[in-house]
Amino acid sequence: MTSMKRRIFLKGTLATGALGVAASSGLIAPRSVLAAWSKDAFEAKDINSSLSSLLGSSDLAASDKIKIKAPDIAENGAVVPVSVSTTLEGVESINIVVEKNQNPLTANFILGASAIADVSTRIKMGKTSSVLAVVKAGGKLYSTGKEVKVTIGGCGG
Amino acid sequence: MSSIKLRASAKDGVTTVKALISHPMETGTRKDKKTGEKIPAHFIQEVVCEHNGNAVMTAHWGAAISKNPYLSFRFSGGNVGDTVKLSWVDNKGNSDSAEESIK
Repeated sequence: MTSMKRRIFLKGTLATGALGVAASSGLIAPRSVLAAWSKDAFEAKDINSSLSSLLGSSDLAASDKIKIKAPDIAENGAVVPVSVSTTLEGVESINIVVEKNQNPLTANFILGASAIADVSTRIKMGKTSSVLAVVKAGGKLYSTGKEVKVTIGGCGG
Repeated sequence: MSSIKLRASAKDGVTTVKALISHPMETGTRKDKKTGEKIPAHFIQEVVCEHNGNAVMTAHWGAAISKNPYLSFRFSGGNVGDTVKLSWVDNKGNSDSAEESIK
């Protein structure tokens, strides 16, 4: 049943982009309705326009309260483990951006009320690049970066 | 068989969720070595995790998440025996979900 509703929700948003469809399915909290998967943000080729369309701003303040864990050297760019955690208050979302990937925005984690700001995943990197963790907290954006050297790229053949 | 391997464990009032999803995560830029044609993009766009029916985390992903994505995160609350549900939807409209009780 639930998966049915989800499918209808997806169709609705893809076809019309209408948030009303998602809202009327009554499945997701208002906050996540506003943040349906953003084609503009994920297909953008530069960081600023991607962050602007995803988070409403590309104004990043450097913060030492964000910790990003990633290898210094990734032998295989197809699998680069990345963990981001932060002690900032009121975290709304954690975003992972790979500066030199074709589409820099890689992941956008929207945290629910009880979620702890600590996520891990594995990403692909085309070449050596800085990986940015962008945290939205209290309506503002904070970021920390880490340079990851890639010896074999993970995008393309 | 489900495409999702899900584990959730509670300790000191904090639940750790770990998930491994089987999915090709094609970027759309890779070429088929035999035919030289581009392999169409096929990747998970949205992952939702619920605890007792409340969404605790929603992830939107681009194609640059690794093949067979791994995800872990934590949330406060959650007792042994509670249900954690994880579901995903990809850009072709496929979806899957799995439920697991917290250990």
